[in-house]
Amino acid sequence: MERKLLTKDSYRSLITKLIGQNYQVVAPVKKDTMIDFLKISSFDEITEDYIVTVSSAKTVAFPRNEKLFDYEKQNKKLTQQDFDFDSIPQSVLIGVRPCDAFGFHSLSSIFCWDSIDKIYTTRLERTTIIGLSCNKADDYCFCTSAKGSPGSTAGSDILLTKMTDGNYIAEIVTEKGAKLVADFSDLFTADGGADKESLLAKVAANFSVDDVLAKINSKFEDEAFWTEQAMRCIGCGACAYVCPTCACFDIQDESHGGKGHRVRCWDSCGLSLFTLHTSGHNPRENQGQRWRQRLMHKFSYMPDRLNTIGCVGCGRCSRACPVDMNIAEHCMSIIEN
Amino acid sequence: METNNTNSFEPKVVAFVCNWCTYAGADLTGTSRIKYATNVKIIRFPCTGRIDFMLLMKAFANGADGIIISGCHPNDCHYTSGNFHARRRWMIFRNLLDFIGVDVNRIVFSWVSAAEGAKWAEVVNESVDQFRQLGPATSYQKLIKNSEFQEVE
Amino acid sequence: MNNLQQKAQQLLESGNYGLIVGYEKGTSGKARPVFIRKAEHASKLIFDESCDQNIAVYLYRQEIKHNKKKVIVANHHTLKSIVELAAENQVFDGDFMVLAFAENGDIIELNTFEEIEKHVATLYHGLTEAEAAMMKKIEDMSLEDRWAFWENEFSKCIKCYACRASCPMCYCPTCTVEINQPQWISVPSHTLGNLEWHVMRAMHLAGRCVTCGQCGKACPLELPIQLLTYKVALDSKQFFDSVAGTSICADNALAIFKPEDHENFIR
Repeated sequence: MERKLLTKDSYRSLITKLIGQNYQVVAPVKKDTMIDFLKISSFDEITEDYIVTVSSAKTVAFPRNEKLFDYEKQNKKLTQQDFDFDSIPQSVLIGVRPCDAFGFHSLSSIFCWDSIDKIYTTRLERTTIIGLSCNKADDYCFCTSAKGSPGSTAGSDILLTKMTDGNYIAEIVTEKGAKLVADFSDLFTADGGADKESLLAKVAANFSVDDVLAKINSKFEDEAFWTEQAMRCIGCGACAYVCPTCACFDIQDESHGGKGHRVRCWDSCGLSLFTLHTSGHNPRENQGQRWRQRLMHKFSYMPDRLNTIGCVGCGRCSRACPVDMNIAEHCMSIIEN
Repeated sequence: METNNTNSFEPKVVAFVCNWCTYAGADLTGTSRIKYATNVKIIRFPCTGRIDFMLLMKAFANGADGIIISGCHPNDCHYTSGNFHARRRWMIFRNLLDFIGVDVNRIVFSWVSAAEGAKWAEVVNESVDQFRQLGPATSYQKLIKNSEFQEVE
Repeated sequence: MNNLQQKAQQLLESGNYGLIVGYEKGTSGKARPVFIRKAEHASKLIFDESCDQNIAVYLYRQEIKHNKKKVIVANHHTLKSIVELAAENQVFDGDFMVLAFAENGDIIELNTFEEIEKHVATLYHGLTEAEAAMMKKIEDMSLEDRWAFWENEFSKCIKCYACRASCPMCYCPTCTVEINQPQWISVPSHTLGNLEWHVMRAMHLAGRCVTCGQCGKACPLELPIQLLTYKVALDSKQFFDSVAGTSICADNALAIFKPEDHENFIR
């Protein structure tokens, strides 16, 4: 993998030039009390003072609301306006943590499973992901247990690692990344050969996700286990909405009179309404069954069918959870029980 | 109808009225041939107690510039106490709207009995004037427009 | 072992109680709800300032309801919510015992609703200084600024419904947002629909909110949505002299009326 040096000044000019060239630049921004991915119009809006953002980077390819088409009915005549692919901007997503960047891999495997989701793939194709290695971690991080690492290049097009002098090591991972570097070749200089490993955060590997994968299927019918696991869970959708790999969505029509549009919006398997049938029957009638679905989907169904793990170890769900359902702990108790 | 020619804005007004008093009162306004502003679209309810605050939210969300709510005078409710319950709800709702920054002058509450045809015309005319002064409910309309599409915020 | 843990151990060993709902140490110094069934697990229980979550929300949960003999370790938010839930017939007298704490840290056993009500009467009802300051900050803004403030906040809402799920008073098996004929609240999370959702949530809590602020604490995006329910709670007190969570036989402020209710805005 090719390594270059990107000085802090060059980083600033890179972002400034990208904005100048009408790229949609999305970066972690401190807004009110939170740090989240937002569209920026100047380099100074960017912050690097975060472990992970509140919401995941998936919003760039899988926004919380995606308008699929418009419709209008007039005098019994229906006109439909399809999705305008030209409206998808060329984007550069910066400051993405390695866990988040790897999340796109899981997400893509779902959206390209049997039929290709053209809107998702086009959004992702037009996005260049510039990752940022982690130099700090907290109690929620467990990427090393989920086959990731604070400096993993998987999923990023370019991965930056901040050095102690404030400059960055730039690893060029994909062709898309190489193209961006070629476009701004004067900003990237020869690499000084700094030791990347020493710059990374230390995340202890408390368990191996392979053990979870090996064990979880045998737990499926153990209802008492899942009930106990989900006792605390109050059944909101926070975990799924902030998760970088959760892909469940709902399709809704929003109409005003004869005019309206169809929207794809996030949904969560933790909500009781998710599986409710029209008949009134609910195949997942208690929170234990819903929590089981969440874990089974990530650690059994996705590995089985899509050959990828549905968890990247970012710990967002645990941070967002109002009752501190820590997914790493739940994984460990699956292994132990 | 006399309109203010210096101002071309005509507010869209929805009136939520009870069947027994105000609707009958509005009928009397008509049969008495009293003219009043045509901006108002009347929606008839069994009782003011039935006028849920969500209906008012939906009126705004569908482009109303002002809302009139009217029913029987206290102690005159056809169902004895529907208007008393409604009044409590409005007291809370009105303050909550004010708290989130909605101009509560866009909602006019009144008691109009079946005998008060003239009062109904007066309430509507004065309310429409008030809404005209306030101008279009642009802040709400901006929300309606934004609700159509949200990419990366 | 501290007093609470000892007490819990005794209760479970006695065989008279089968489940204790309380707090344990969670991730990163946070406290979280815990469910203890065995005496040897009693040492997990903690009770300190970090235990500020309202756990009354678990009392009517299906998984817990069938445990006939249960104990709940309650902070003052939880206590008030239990009183309000009792007033709304969602929990039943004698179904559970409450372990509350006196100011000096002594454990108080509360077995009946009457005892709980009496104890709650000794607690402070109202907003903390910091909460009152936040309310004042917003009330002092101009109308336009208030609108801008809330528009910005509501635009961030992702409609995960953590606020609803964490509120002990949001116990309806089917919420208005789950009704789709008509669709009162839009499912996609855009600002307009979010505003309608939060206004509706606040209105449905009028006269019922015990101002525990759990909705705001639960919000993953840290929206100050608890201020909306504080507003309706303060207004209920001002207009109707109704404070939720004070009386086990109180009628809901919006379910009753007085002919002499004072209003000055109806013409």
